[in-house]
Amino acid sequence: MGIEVVVEGLTKSFGRQNIWQDVTLTLPAGEVSVMLGPSGTGKTVFLKSLIGLLKPERGRVLINGVDMVNGRERDINETRKLFGLMFQDGALFGSMTLFDNIAFPLREHTKKKESEIRRIVMERMDVVGLLGAEAKLPGEISGGMRKRAGLARALVLDPQIILCDEPDSGLDPVRTAYLSQTLIDLNAQIDATMLIVTHNLDIAATVPDNMGMLYCRNLVTFGPREVLLTSREPAVAQFLAGRREGPIAMSEEKDAATLAAEQLNGSAAYLDEPRAIQPQLEPSPGLPERQAVMRRRERVLGMMSQLPEAARTAIMKSYAAPAGGGVQS
Amino acid sequence: MTAQLPVRPAEPPETNAAGSRSGHSGVKPPLRVLAPLRETGKLFALGIAVSRAIFRRPFQMREFIEQFWFIASVTILPAALVSIPFGAVIALQVGSLTQQLGAQSFTGGASVLAVIQQASPLIVALLISGAGGSAICADLASRKIREELDAMEVMGVSPIQRLVVPRVLATMFVALLLNGLVSVVGTLGGYFFNVIMQGGTPGAYLSSFSSLAQLPDLYISEVKALIFGFLAGIVAAYRGLNPRGGPKGVGDAVNQSVVITFMMLFFVNMVLTAIYLQIVPAKGS
Repeated sequence: MGIEVVVEGLTKSFGRQNIWQDVTLTLPAGEVSVMLGPSGTGKTVFLKSLIGLLKPERGRVLINGVDMVNGRERDINETRKLFGLMFQDGALFGSMTLFDNIAFPLREHTKKKESEIRRIVMERMDVVGLLGAEAKLPGEISGGMRKRAGLARALVLDPQIILCDEPDSGLDPVRTAYLSQTLIDLNAQIDATMLIVTHNLDIAATVPDNMGMLYCRNLVTFGPREVLLTSREPAVAQFLAGRREGPIAMSEEKDAATLAAEQLNGSAAYLDEPRAIQPQLEPSPGLPERQAVMRRRERVLGMMSQLPEAARTAIMKSYAAPAGGGVQS
Repeated sequence: MTAQLPVRPAEPPETNAAGSRSGHSGVKPPLRVLAPLRETGKLFALGIAVSRAIFRRPFQMREFIEQFWFIASVTILPAALVSIPFGAVIALQVGSLTQQLGAQSFTGGASVLAVIQQASPLIVALLISGAGGSAICADLASRKIREELDAMEVMGVSPIQRLVVPRVLATMFVALLLNGLVSVVGTLGGYFFNVIMQGGTPGAYLSSFSSLAQLPDLYISEVKALIFGFLAGIVAAYRGLNPRGGPKGVGDAVNQSVVITFMMLFFVNMVLTAIYLQIVPAKGS
């Protein structure tokens, strides 16, 4: 089972520019979470802070009792071996073939024999659909393949926590859908805690158990997916609808006058309409049930009373449906 | 379990100017005047970190051999080619000076001392940093901007131990061995020019070796080469690990690493020479 990640009061600035402040959330063990947010709200910075690559000024990230922000360097390095991080563009080693890239963590951290390494690497390459490309250099393959190779490398040490930085960017919708399914299948197989940072609405609607959104230097909300998907918060609603009308503007926030004008001419009325919630993806047939589903059900039912009305209704509806009901589009 | 429920509205956005200036963080912005000091401190910190990582297992033998071979292959030929005319110039200059003073018999010893103690370690250092260091810097910097080093760190592999230590050791040992080569070639060049071009006597040239030069001169030469190799490696690695902003930053980093190394080498050379002259008495005195 995956490991719980506890984030407390995290605040990060670059020089004088504050990226986000006082971010507090818990990634429940073994569940899939998505962090949404408009471009430039520091999603990637958040991801890198979780793993200790960037050091926020305040707050803690606790994993197995190790603080990834201010802990001892040795503890942090040990804890990092529990992680698999998929970088935005793969971050493969340009001078190595795909095979050597994916084998790198195994060769560095384990004393496995070369035949054993070969077996594991081939298995992982099969999972991400890269068989036959193992002798290629990262410069010779497409961006999508680099991404999948990056995912394979992140998986090779059987991580307990998987972080994905924009798994969809540079992929076509079909491949994105496949990747979503791959991520869910992975979760069913290894029961790792997963955090996906993205602004892709399809992934956000179908993959996660939990969702959060970074906006305007704050964590707007973090909780069961239904909370965000039914939220009437204007910024959230606008983002999920992908419309121009609403508080998010091209650069940052809109000024009050433009907002008022939008209110008047009614173009922002969609913000108040209830939205339909797509059902979550199920693991591919033949794979085991996701253990996280049962744990999440108990957890969510326990916190029902604190949730907003719309989210409660949506959750009840989804749990009323027959378990494992149907394969979604 | 999860935070902030029900949905909490986003904090009212502060005006942009105030928002960016106050910074919320309570951390004082660093003083710009002290920037050079900070850089120097970080360079030293890297030097110490590398020195400690040298003794940490596992040692990256493969990477070390590859780097050693690479640096040696790009520096051997230029070093030999540079040292011949350099030895010749010193021989000619010293030869004409000693002729004026009427001390031709000491030409050999004087030019050999100049070549072995000063010229050879400096030639080696300039070539190591110019040919090897720039390549190391460019390599590390381009890996850094492509996030390869971050990826390595995320996988729990220290880039310092995996990449920097083998490179620094390679520059050190190549410098050590190259220094021997340059000394020999430079001395032969000086001999050739003194004996053939200036009509000096071979016997006097050789016998003044042993009357002026002594073994510690060779030792300090090798020690200098070793230290210069270390400095060249550390500076190249430091600039390579901290490039600023994109591909252009890589070019700038390489440029700076070579310039910084050159300046440091001449300064350190002066200090080492002064110390050496103080603690090792000149022969015959």
